[in-house]
Amino acid sequence: MKKPLLFALLLTSAFPAMAQDDPPPLEVDVVGGITAPMAIAVPAMPVAPGAGDSLGHQIAEVIASDLRSTGLFTPLGPRGIGGYSFAQASSPIYAEWRNAGASALVSGYVEPRADGRITVGCYLFDIAAGRELARQGFAVAPSNWRSAAHKCADTIYSRLSGEQPFLDTRIVYVAETGPKTNRQKRIAIMDSDGSNHRYLTEGKATVLTPRFSPRGDKLVYMSYQGRRPRVYVMDVATGAERLLVPGTAFTFAPRFSPSGDRIVFSMANGGNTDIYVVGSSGGTPQRLTAAPGADTSPSFSPDGRRIVFESDRSGSQQLYTMNADGSGQRRITFGGGAYASPVWGPRGDLIAFTRIGGGAFRIGVMSPSGGGERLLTNAWQDEGPSWAPNGQFVMFHRTARGSGQASLYAVSVNGGTARRMPTPLGGSDPSWSPLNR
Amino acid sequence: MNKAILIGMTGLALGLTACGKKQPPIDTAPPITDPSAGGDTGIPADDAVDLVELPGMQADLVAKAGSDTVYFGTDEYALDDASRATLAAQARWMLANPSVRASIEGHADERGTREYNLALGERRANSAKAFLVANGVPETRLTVISWGKERPVAMGSDESAWAQNRRAVTVVVR
Repeated sequence: MKKPLLFALLLTSAFPAMAQDDPPPLEVDVVGGITAPMAIAVPAMPVAPGAGDSLGHQIAEVIASDLRSTGLFTPLGPRGIGGYSFAQASSPIYAEWRNAGASALVSGYVEPRADGRITVGCYLFDIAAGRELARQGFAVAPSNWRSAAHKCADTIYSRLSGEQPFLDTRIVYVAETGPKTNRQKRIAIMDSDGSNHRYLTEGKATVLTPRFSPRGDKLVYMSYQGRRPRVYVMDVATGAERLLVPGTAFTFAPRFSPSGDRIVFSMANGGNTDIYVVGSSGGTPQRLTAAPGADTSPSFSPDGRRIVFESDRSGSQQLYTMNADGSGQRRITFGGGAYASPVWGPRGDLIAFTRIGGGAFRIGVMSPSGGGERLLTNAWQDEGPSWAPNGQFVMFHRTARGSGQASLYAVSVNGGTARRMPTPLGGSDPSWSPLNR
Repeated sequence: MNKAILIGMTGLALGLTACGKKQPPIDTAPPITDPSAGGDTGIPADDAVDLVELPGMQADLVAKAGSDTVYFGTDEYALDDASRATLAAQARWMLANPSVRASIEGHADERGTREYNLALGERRANSAKAFLVANGVPETRLTVISWGKERPVAMGSDESAWAQNRRAVTVVVR
């Protein structure tokens, strides 16, 4: 009799049991709804002599920018907040950060290594609970400090959201300049925060729809060089390009298979467009569809066994799935609109698409069976979705009515306002790389 | 079976060689079912040969045939009477200039998605080409490409502009 009472007293005493005392685990809610972003302090990191004085601030800036881009965080600093010592990198003064209004803290350090590289330390602290949540160290060439910053941001993001990383990635897209009637297009590549931007084609020939290989080392795209629109493969590091299908057949809409061994694409001839697949090193294309109609925009499922595509064989553009050998073609959209540019998500559970209706194009997602359709955007013309490698974000381009100027945007698959991507000029046809190695 | 493997392996070997070398075309055309389209696959394929415009000849085509362009309805690729009259005149011009080749180029307005519009442009160009062939122009002198929505001539986002952009242009090439 007495024991339960004592137990109850203990629960309410000044020395409560552990279950009552621990604050709830620090995490950001990625699933739906409007959640207040988490305030996370990102002060400039201390830098050891010989490692580059400004790096500590630059790295913190990149981390803060990356975390803000997820929509889940309100970074504090590095501007306007104080720094800390090397010792405090791994042992922060929690009370100071609590006073600053931060729920979490990203700290670290930069120091030179004997092999000429630098080590970037990365720590995540739960300020309320007063404990470390994660630590990582990255060894990079000094000129590659951005890579370490993105990887640190990914560590923070993953630990707090429970999602796979996606910040240490690149974007390839078509950079656009000029009026609608004289538009110059070039393939461009950049880090996902807009840094390290460079052009991969000169702009003499119109180029469309560049897409990364699964390892991020090649691109497949369509180019009008020689006034003959055809699919090419380019090595990203060297810029060397190769025609995929020898001859003058009109090929377009290419994508790599998830293993990188095949490229699926459209070929048009005699007023009919069908889907073909070919070895990515070359070979004889194998025809997958033969229906009268425009079959295009093919995209492999992440297990490589199925393909989603659009076809107007029914009289309007709709989405279909089929096995990778072309068998088992079946329509999956019956939602009353027209659908285009499907892309199978990396987790296999969603297909992103462009919905056409009411004079507008909108980005949406649905299940591979066609159910659960959700629209993610609402503007005049949003099209051409591409998935982040963790399946949490979709990038696309938005065209302004009238001017026809296009810009890249990214939107969370859980809803919310689309965020404009930083590009020097206009942009369209984005493709999100896998995680950098 | 063996022949198919041999072709595949040859194709693989060719695929690995540097771009720019002459390679035999891969015959991937589906069976031709439209009798007016003829039995061949168009201009002899040689992927080292670019299509190059000839502005002087183009001006002559426009002057003699009246127009190098025919127009289409929204999401349509059928020829109307005006288009047929224009193409008939173009065919006469091409027969009067037997050494001339042409690239028939299809376009779509901005209200379609990127890749679908490439297919739609090809349908339009193919309609025009088929009519030229039916009017006596040898198919070997014609090629078909599509610009999708990439090359509008009219800037607006209104019916008038869209109507001007839905077209097939006969481009005289070297």
